[in-house]
Amino acid sequence: MDQDNRIGDTLLEVKNISLSFGGVKALTDISFDIKEGEIRAIIGPNGAGKSSMLNVINGFYHPQEGEVWFRGKKRESMKPYQVARQGVARTFQNIALFKGMSTLDNLMTGCITHMKTNIFLQAIWKGPAEREELEFRERVEHIIDFLGIQAIRKTPVGRLPYGMQKRVELGRALAAQPKLLLLDEPMAGMNLEEKEDMSRFILDVNDEFGTTITLIEHDIGVVMDLSDRIVVLDYGCKLADGTPDVVRNDQAVIDAYLGVSHDD
Amino acid sequence: MSPLFLNALEVILNGLMAGIMYSLVALGFVLIFKASGIFNYAQGVMALFAALTLVGFQTGQVPFAHLINAMFGTEIHHWGSGMNTFLAIILTMIVMIIFAWLLEKIVLKHMVNQAPIILFMTTIGLAYFMEGFGDLMWGADIKTMDVGLPSGGSLWLEDFTKGWAAEGTEYYGMYIDVLDVWAAGIAILLVIALTLFSQYTKTGRALRAVADDHQAALTVGISLRTIWIIVWSLAGFVALVAGIMWGSKSGVQFSLSLIALKALPVLILGGFTSIPGAIIGGLIIGVGEKLFEFSIGGMIGGATENWFAYVLALAFLMFRPQGLFGEKIIERV
Repeated sequence: MDQDNRIGDTLLEVKNISLSFGGVKALTDISFDIKEGEIRAIIGPNGAGKSSMLNVINGFYHPQEGEVWFRGKKRESMKPYQVARQGVARTFQNIALFKGMSTLDNLMTGCITHMKTNIFLQAIWKGPAEREELEFRERVEHIIDFLGIQAIRKTPVGRLPYGMQKRVELGRALAAQPKLLLLDEPMAGMNLEEKEDMSRFILDVNDEFGTTITLIEHDIGVVMDLSDRIVVLDYGCKLADGTPDVVRNDQAVIDAYLGVSHDD
Repeated sequence: MSPLFLNALEVILNGLMAGIMYSLVALGFVLIFKASGIFNYAQGVMALFAALTLVGFQTGQVPFAHLINAMFGTEIHHWGSGMNTFLAIILTMIVMIIFAWLLEKIVLKHMVNQAPIILFMTTIGLAYFMEGFGDLMWGADIKTMDVGLPSGGSLWLEDFTKGWAAEGTEYYGMYIDVLDVWAAGIAILLVIALTLFSQYTKTGRALRAVADDHQAALTVGISLRTIWIIVWSLAGFVALVAGIMWGSKSGVQFSLSLIALKALPVLILGGFTSIPGAIIGGLIIGVGEKLFEFSIGGMIGGATENWFAYVLALAFLMFRPQGLFGEKIIERV
């Protein structure tokens, strides 16, 4: 893979982010950037503030201090749906799908930020509304092919096994054609085979669609293989930031995190 | 055929028609409950308010006439001879949308993440407010509503069934109110339209998405507040349809808001989350109470229609608390 061509300018930058809940400091003075086209990982022990960091980027949390810069512009305090409309999609650690809806409908809902016709046109389902519906249906079918989930198109996702649900959630995020894709532990609780599948999808998404990906993952082996650069958090502070090799050999990281694991 | 059997048939038919009217109100409850988990106590009052507004527009009443007269010593009542029914319905719908918008802006915005019981109490407050507001706006007198729907007994059915009874018995044919048949037809159309809308359009999917998972809906770019406004507008629309039907049937009067209470057993039977459930529940209640009155009511002094629905709902709660079509409550451990 040609590293230099793939990775472009800074897409998103967080500057001196501090976030606390009452007296508990979740994040302290965190700064890092995400470049266009790269796979960026955030790692750290449990409670290090990784998910909080994603929630800040995604607009669920509003930090007390610090700035988020997206595509060269400082981002004002935004609601999650506004962030989504700017082109940031995400998945969740504990899967947040529309469980009563079919795989197809979940993916179609993922396209919602791009669909423009108004409610009255939709109500009569003619002209632009119909064209739009068909156009996005085609896009969704493409994603279904890509993820190999044709067999479960009409199944309510609540009935699917865990690994499949994770895949559908990735599909829904892809349907939004995001500029930045946030994955919160995409491989948590998966077996080896499912992990391999998911890793392949992540690489393919990055490669084929050029989507910038930021992911949180506990499986260090996977993270080291997948990512271009890694941020390490511990107790809400940034420990290290750099390529897998740099991070692997960082003494602070080894002490705080990697050093704990002997048997892997 | 014996006249008794034919009478029973007639009772069932009329029960079905009455049931559809209950379903119309229950439908409004289901829409809001599905999308936001709020049991909207004010649904009946919304139907009343919509009916009042419609009649007000139709007959050219000046809103707040009593208030204006009392404050300025004027004597205004009407501003003209009224308007076309179709135009009045459109205007009423616009009023219901404005109402939904204001409700979100002033009330619901502050109620995000509150416990269901708090939201329920809010809707009780809303019900009393709207009843008073409707009174202030359009006056408390009973009004007749005429939107051009036919009413009265169906002569065709009477003639058609007259010959069914055996020779020599006194039977005058079946009675059914044409208005009820219209109401049934409109209710069925409404359900089909709502189902198609929620299945095959972007906004429909967004509605279902919000009902399913708020957090997930936010991350795909759905604005919850816009969806609230749409949901309450839809409920306003259903309230308008129910208001027209009930208003045409029994006049626009303030006891109309009590029909909301009849919707409660309907919902318990059908399940709070199912649109088909609301319809079937309404039909069961309608037929059940009419048949009970017909067969047993006479023996125990009659007027069983007032309480039968609630007793039936109570019995249901013991055996199937989620209703006939409601989502089963399964807790994964």
